[in-house]
Amino acid sequence: MNYLEIRKRLKTKTVGIAGAGGLGSNSAMALARSGIGNLVIADFDTIDMSNLNRQYYFYEQIGKMKVLALKENIKLVDSNVKVRSFSIKLESHHITDIFKDCDVIIEAFDLQEMKDMLINTVLDKLPDIPLIVGSGMAGYGNNNLIKTVRSGNLYICGDQLSEVSDDNPPLAPRVGIVSMMQANQALEILLND
Amino acid sequence: MKIILNNRDEYFDEEEMTFEELLNIKNFTFKMLVTKLNDRLVKKEFRDSTIIKDGDNVTVLHLVSGG
Repeated sequence: MNYLEIRKRLKTKTVGIAGAGGLGSNSAMALARSGIGNLVIADFDTIDMSNLNRQYYFYEQIGKMKVLALKENIKLVDSNVKVRSFSIKLESHHITDIFKDCDVIIEAFDLQEMKDMLINTVLDKLPDIPLIVGSGMAGYGNNNLIKTVRSGNLYICGDQLSEVSDDNPPLAPRVGIVSMMQANQALEILLND
Repeated sequence: MKIILNNRDEYFDEEEMTFEELLNIKNFTFKMLVTKLNDRLVKKEFRDSTIIKDGDNVTVLHLVSGG
């Protein structure tokens, strides 16, 4: 597929992104740059100073809703991307409603309990939609531990090991790598569809 | 029995065991796991009552916080 064919195909596709932090903001931008037609993004949080070490936001956006700031940033790159944003703390019943028309869903939450809730909901209620989860990206180094594991329609990107803690904070490079793997996996699924 | 665990062959003396027993034997000690049997999700509360038999395809994935 040449570049224009890729853009044309992606233009018709919709990716859902659950969470607009380090994983969600970076994977959304990569998909926007690739020519994705539609993004559905949900997050309840506002931008804090501490987010700027790894999330695709800027100093002057501190205090804004993440979903609104991300939409602004996407439009600065490509105003043709249609972004539907939901300022909401996702629970099981929202997930089914908000993401039911997506071709792929990217899990981009922070907490493992939320990741678990999303996986359970999507595999149960939306089993035909591929789900790409990020798990294990704290700290630095260990490039080659980060990988993608597939089980049916479920894909897990990360090292499945490095948990965020006070002594193992999330930093831009490893969070960035995993978010790009998620976006890249989404492209592979959408373009081979 | 012979099963496939995370895409690799594994052999056990037992004829069958519960999902929970398999997790203990294989030392999956992470707090949060995604468990699948023959590509179907097995929720945490059903690991005790889900039986794994010869020929089954078992997937265990780790969920850790961060994003």
